[in-house]
Amino acid sequence: MFGTALVVFREVLEAALIVGIIGAATRGIPGRSRWIAGGIAAGIVGSMLVAGGAEFISKLAEGMGQELFNASILGLAVVMLAWHNIWMSSHGRELAANAKKIGGAVREGAAELSVLLIVIAVAVLREGSETVLFLYGIAASPENSAVLMAAGGAIGLVGGILVGWLMFAGLLRIPLKWFFSATSVLVLLLAAGMAAQAARFLIQADFLPSLANPLWDTSWLVDNGSILGKALQGLLGYDAQPSGMQIVFFVTVLVVIALGMWWAGRRTEPSATSASPA
Amino acid sequence: MQRLIAAAFLTASLGAFAADGDINVVIENHKFMPDRIEIPAGKKVKLVIDNKDATAEEFESHDLKIEKVIPAKSKGTVFVGPLKPGEYKFVGEFNEKTAKGVIVAK
Repeated sequence: MFGTALVVFREVLEAALIVGIIGAATRGIPGRSRWIAGGIAAGIVGSMLVAGGAEFISKLAEGMGQELFNASILGLAVVMLAWHNIWMSSHGRELAANAKKIGGAVREGAAELSVLLIVIAVAVLREGSETVLFLYGIAASPENSAVLMAAGGAIGLVGGILVGWLMFAGLLRIPLKWFFSATSVLVLLLAAGMAAQAARFLIQADFLPSLANPLWDTSWLVDNGSILGKALQGLLGYDAQPSGMQIVFFVTVLVVIALGMWWAGRRTEPSATSASPA
Repeated sequence: MQRLIAAAFLTASLGAFAADGDINVVIENHKFMPDRIEIPAGKKVKLVIDNKDATAEEFESHDLKIEKVIPAKSKGTVFVGPLKPGEYKFVGEFNEKTAKGVIVAK
C-alpha cells in the first residue's frame, strides 16, 4: 500500500507544484478558479486518453513517439509560460494595484487564463498518464488487494495535492510588493526547467546530441530518485547529471523570456501612467 | 551477413551481449531478463525492451537518464551510451520491488 502511495505521490507532486504556482501567479485575475479547474479536468481526461493510446504513441516516429510527444507538450508549455510571464510584466502591476478596476484587461485576462489552462492540462497530463498506467497495472494484477491499493493511491494523491496547496498558500503570504516578482521568477524557472526536460527527451530519442554527458554530477547531494529531487525537477528541471544540451536549453529559454519580460515591462511603463486614466 | 550471423550467435551464446546488434531485454513477471547487461564502454548501443507482461512498465534509469513507458505486450527502444566504464542501475518504476537491473559498461 505504501509503495503505491509513494509512486502516486511522486507522480502527482510535480503537477501539483505547477498548479500551485499557476494558481498563485494568476492572483487577481477574475474567473481564474474556473480556468484552473478546467485545466485539471482536461489534464485528467487527457491522461486517460494518453494512457489508453500509449502503445499507439510509442510506435510513432519509429518507436520514438513517446519521446517526441513528451518533448512537444513540454515545448508547448514553455511557450505558454513565456507568454504568461511577458503578459504579466506589462499587466501585473495593474493587477496588483487594483484587482477590481482592470476593466478592459478582463478580456485579455481570459486569453491569459486560457494559456495557463493549457499549461496546467499539460502538467497534469504528463504525470497523470503514467499514474493511470501504473494504477491500471496494479489493478490488473491478481496478487494485489484492490482495497489496499486504492487506499495507497488515494493517500499518494492527497499527499501530492497537499504539497501543491502548501506551495499555493505559501506564495500567497508573500507581500504584494514582491508577489509578482516572486511568482514571475518561479514561472521563469519552471519554463526553463521544462525546456531542459524537453531536451532530455530529444536526446533520449537520439534527435539531439547530448554535448558532454553528464556535464556534472550532484547526485551525492540531491538524487533525482528522491522526493526532493523530484520536486526540484518539477520546479526547475533539476537533473543531478545534466547534459550540456539540457543546460543550453535551460539558459536559452531563461534569457529569451527574461528579455521579453524586460522589453514588455519597459514598453508599458510610460504608457501605463499617461494613457490609462480609465 | 556474416556479421549478422556472428551477432546472432553471440546473442544466443552470451544471452544479452551482441557487439554490433541490438541488445534484447525481456520483461516478464515484472522482472528484467537479463538483469545484468554488459555493453562495451564508449559506444552507443540500442536496447530493445520487450514487455511480455499484460501491464505497462516504465523503464527508468537516473544513472542513464532514461525514462520510457513500455506498454503492455509491446517493445520499446532506448539508446544507451556512449558510457564510461562502470555500473548503471535501472528499474521498472511501476514494479520497483522486482524489476531491477544493471548495465555494466566495460
